[in-house]
Amino acid sequence: MAVHKRSYHAYAGRLTPPWSRFLIVSRYAFQKALSSKLLIVVFALSFFYPLGCALALYMNHNERLLAMFNTSSFFAVDARFFFHFQSVQGLMAFILTALVGPSLVSPDLANHALPLYFCRPFSRAEYVLGKLFVLISLLSLVTWIPGELLFVIQSSLAGASWMWTNLWMAGSIVLGSAIEILVFSLLAVALSAWIKRKLAAGAALLGVFFFGAGFGQAINAVLRTRNGSLIDLANLIAGVESQLFRQYTLRPIGIPTDWAWLVLLAISAFCLLLLEKKVRAYEVVRG
Amino acid sequence: MGRGHWPLLTRALQAVNGAMAPIIELDGLGVTLGGRKILQDLKCSLSGRAIGLLGPNGAGKSTLINTLLGFYPVAAGAARVFGHDIRTKMRQIRALAGYMPESECFISHMTAVSFVRLMAELSGLPSEAALERAHEALFYVGLGEARYRLLSTYSLGMKQLAKLAQAIAHGPRLLILDEPTNGLDPPARQRMIRLISEMRDTRDLHILLCSHLLRDVEETCEEVLILKDGHQVHYANLEEERKANRRFLELETLGGDGAFTEALENLDCEWAISGPTTPVQAGTHSGDGPRRLKMILGQDFALRDLYRLAEEHDVQIRRLNYRRDSLEDIFLKAMENRNGRP
Repeated sequence: MAVHKRSYHAYAGRLTPPWSRFLIVSRYAFQKALSSKLLIVVFALSFFYPLGCALALYMNHNERLLAMFNTSSFFAVDARFFFHFQSVQGLMAFILTALVGPSLVSPDLANHALPLYFCRPFSRAEYVLGKLFVLISLLSLVTWIPGELLFVIQSSLAGASWMWTNLWMAGSIVLGSAIEILVFSLLAVALSAWIKRKLAAGAALLGVFFFGAGFGQAINAVLRTRNGSLIDLANLIAGVESQLFRQYTLRPIGIPTDWAWLVLLAISAFCLLLLEKKVRAYEVVRG
Repeated sequence: MGRGHWPLLTRALQAVNGAMAPIIELDGLGVTLGGRKILQDLKCSLSGRAIGLLGPNGAGKSTLINTLLGFYPVAAGAARVFGHDIRTKMRQIRALAGYMPESECFISHMTAVSFVRLMAELSGLPSEAALERAHEALFYVGLGEARYRLLSTYSLGMKQLAKLAQAIAHGPRLLILDEPTNGLDPPARQRMIRLISEMRDTRDLHILLCSHLLRDVEETCEEVLILKDGHQVHYANLEEERKANRRFLELETLGGDGAFTEALENLDCEWAISGPTTPVQAGTHSGDGPRRLKMILGQDFALRDLYRLAEEHDVQIRRLNYRRDSLEDIFLKAMENRNGRP
């Protein structure tokens, strides 16, 4: 099929390893996502708080500055500090998800492109993994990676004893972020696969969080129960994270944390089920 | 590992094997979708360079293709593509196949070259090779000048060609085309048919062409499988049919007398006067008016003997046709089968 020959010929060259092909989908999705100026702005804004925290940690250990204010420290760097960091970055992660997530699968569905993917040695699982990887890598950059960097900075400034005492928090940062990333990503990709229109998928994602919270509070108020919190996703995530960071006094949830874990697990499972049903080359209509 | 340590040897072996080994084998294949039996008991072995899949709308042609590509589950029987079972070796089958779907499908916000490159990369080509092949494929199908345009700005005909480009960019051994001429105007259709014929003749790949347009299949295919209501109603090797049908000859002569027709008996053929061309000449048997003859030719019949006889008896041969069953005849006969079954 050489250009100069204008004739068909087969390909006999090297092939890429099959395990790496999901990254091709991620690469193209990244290219498309990063062409949005709004996303670049929000992504840049996502680093303001971590940078501010890093600066605060430096100032908290700057002896000249502490001496100037005649204090031993400006604030305590403990689990509460990282819990707040996690909450703020969680919000930024959600905004990024809302910007990127809806356009991941819905355009492929709207343009009937899925048969083109799946007629190749490329599975549905690889396709979903490739799309999820976009969000996983993007959200990692604003959640656990800066969180761990702050932990390392604080450890280097406060010394090894602080690090060994608080090492469990490093695990909590990763686990808490992983839960956020998993729930946000699965929900965004599943809604994108369920709703073919990008804008509608974005609206649905916002609706799940904000209407869920409002509706849950309304149920709690009207029925005088706490079970309405089960549909408040932000509350569920905050509840799980408060447990991970041992911030029981800050716990915003009105239901047992075990229930929050179960509901988040159920939501993730439902998203996977939805993806299994929707991400197919052709949909089979019953009847 | 790459495919070709010795590409020439591999290709030669493929060519030898390709001449004999079946490409697609159906062994009682049945497919049920949404509780309905869409395909039932398909049995055949297809080994031609270009295989046509014919049938009216709703016959199950696209379902068969989608099943061979693993999009639909097999409910009964088995099927193999290049010897690979479609139940267990789907990844290998997909690595060997290129697919051009019937429906309009593309990836939005992409130029044609990015689109074809992505598809080639997903088939396993490294990024640089995929880019090179994407350019080549787009030039080959005639979209070279438009390859940097967004696919969403393409006309229907251009989208069809882009779909063809993505199907061939990775160099498949089996090219599956589902209604490739759908929605094309006559020149675009001609171009598509020419491309398909060209690719068939390169002998680098086999083609499975699914269409409800008899002309498309007749112009490009060697073998044809006809489906109706999910059943296989006819299988024909068009090359063999064409050869077989050459034994019928229709002749229109002018002049001469009965001696010519008597002399025909000495040739290896049977003949019958099918009648004069006009009623006025019907009564004349003297050879004044044109006559029509139908001849069934024997194995040793040579056309030059016919010309020699005509010259000897001063007969003009005004028209001479090899009568052959067209694919339309074959198709209509297949459709007439009771309950759509052979």
